[in-house]
Amino acid sequence: MRESTVMKIHYGTALAAVALVAVHILMRLTMGYAESLEYENVLANYKFVPYAIMLEIILVLLAVHGFNGLRVILLELKQGRLYEKSVSYGCLIGMIGLIAYGSRTIIMTNMGIV
Amino acid sequence: MSQDDHREGIGGMINPRRYGIERVAYLLMRLSGLGLLAYFIGHIYETSNILRGQVGWDDFMDLISGTEGHIIMSIVIAMCVFHTVNGVRVMLGHGGMGVGKPARPDYPYDPASQNYKHKIGIYSAIVLAAVAMMYGLAVMFGE
Amino acid sequence: MAQVSSISNEQSQTAKSVTLKISRYNPEHDESSGFMEFNVQYEKWTTVLEAILDVKKHFDHSVAVRYSCRQATCGSCGMIINGKPRLACFTKISELDSNVVTVEPMNNFPVIRDLAVKFEKLFDTHQKIKPYLIRDDTELVSDEKEFLQTPEEVEQYIQFANCIKCGLCNSACPTMATDSSFVGPQALAQAYRYVADSRDKGKDSRLKIIDDSHGIWRCHFAGSCSQVCPKGVDPAMGIQLLRGYMLGFKS
Repeated sequence: MRESTVMKIHYGTALAAVALVAVHILMRLTMGYAESLEYENVLANYKFVPYAIMLEIILVLLAVHGFNGLRVILLELKQGRLYEKSVSYGCLIGMIGLIAYGSRTIIMTNMGIV
Repeated sequence: MSQDDHREGIGGMINPRRYGIERVAYLLMRLSGLGLLAYFIGHIYETSNILRGQVGWDDFMDLISGTEGHIIMSIVIAMCVFHTVNGVRVMLGHGGMGVGKPARPDYPYDPASQNYKHKIGIYSAIVLAAVAMMYGLAVMFGE
Repeated sequence: MAQVSSISNEQSQTAKSVTLKISRYNPEHDESSGFMEFNVQYEKWTTVLEAILDVKKHFDHSVAVRYSCRQATCGSCGMIINGKPRLACFTKISELDSNVVTVEPMNNFPVIRDLAVKFEKLFDTHQKIKPYLIRDDTELVSDEKEFLQTPEEVEQYIQFANCIKCGLCNSACPTMATDSSFVGPQALAQAYRYVADSRDKGKDSRLKIIDDSHGIWRCHFAGSCSQVCPKGVDPAMGIQLLRGYMLGFKS
């Protein structure tokens, strides 16, 4: 993938994540911070399909943005063909792993497998 | 870094003292980015406790709802706000917005790209991060 | 390696003295760099380069320094002066407002000796972005006029044509501090200079060259390059405007 495409994705995920994370945080404040974190309320959030979809989208957006940001920083710190390939693939694997782990929580909780 | 290259290395990259507030913003952007990624990974792990049922979730909530948990959370809020506001500023700059127009330079050659708009953007990001942090602390310790 | 020397002299009454700390390093036989100190007299108008040449004349002729025009045109005498990259011929000692003036070779360039650094990499990256007009019709046919431009079209790039390739921007850049493969602000600003030139038709090929994992995207708009540029080129502006083409804000 061309670097310009990667960076356009980086900017796009950042802007989309800002909007969705704002909604996510506002949900914590609508009913009081501590109350919103009570088990029943959190469970209700996960079971509400539109909210669960939003969490999944946030997960993908932030994982892509975060691991690409890490890749950029690591590429600038050290150079070399093997190192750069390791960084790129390592970040890709980290991103996929985090999305898989987070999706497991969202899907299982949404389906009531708790 | 080898002496042959005579590169400044990480010390030079992160040194915020020589080139004004722009280099402070550059450093804070990197630190907050790394901090937020670490928090995000931790957050994905911590929320997976919901799969352990009510007991598991409550045990975990006890762990993070102490003073240390609130302080860490407030730092995360500050990092998040700074990274967002400064990120929007940098993104606008990257699109060529607010960086001035090319013109024949005159002595003393003040660079148009390092203008007050971007400086205000950086200071706003820092102030908003501080305000959000205070608000977060008030919300978390107020309950 | 420290040594303090001063001229017992016949200076004018307005002359003041300053300690000039010069970095000494010869990669052929020194393990690391050290400083030599000299006490030099200066007037209000004395430049750092003149002070270094004074040291060469009176104390130690072996101090290695590269210079030529002495008027900020050739771009030869870039060095770190009191912690910042500057042209020695363009920096007056009186403006530094310090009793000690420390001069070191520019960062992010291999040192030849003392204050002189290698410019091969700078010139290579400059060349890489094709710093010339690209057109299919390079030869004029007999009845054609030269390529005319309006004053507005000239304004788009003339600022960036002032680059003297002194390397100060590359020395100040935080990415260059660790990334040896980065194209650098000098070459990127020059890429914009030609892309913005209405006579040029090589935009696509240049954008392709800099759209690399160590190309334009490794600039994070810290702006240090523009702050140290002695000719008002403002590389940070050029790079962001160039990125505008790549993000589709400009065509």
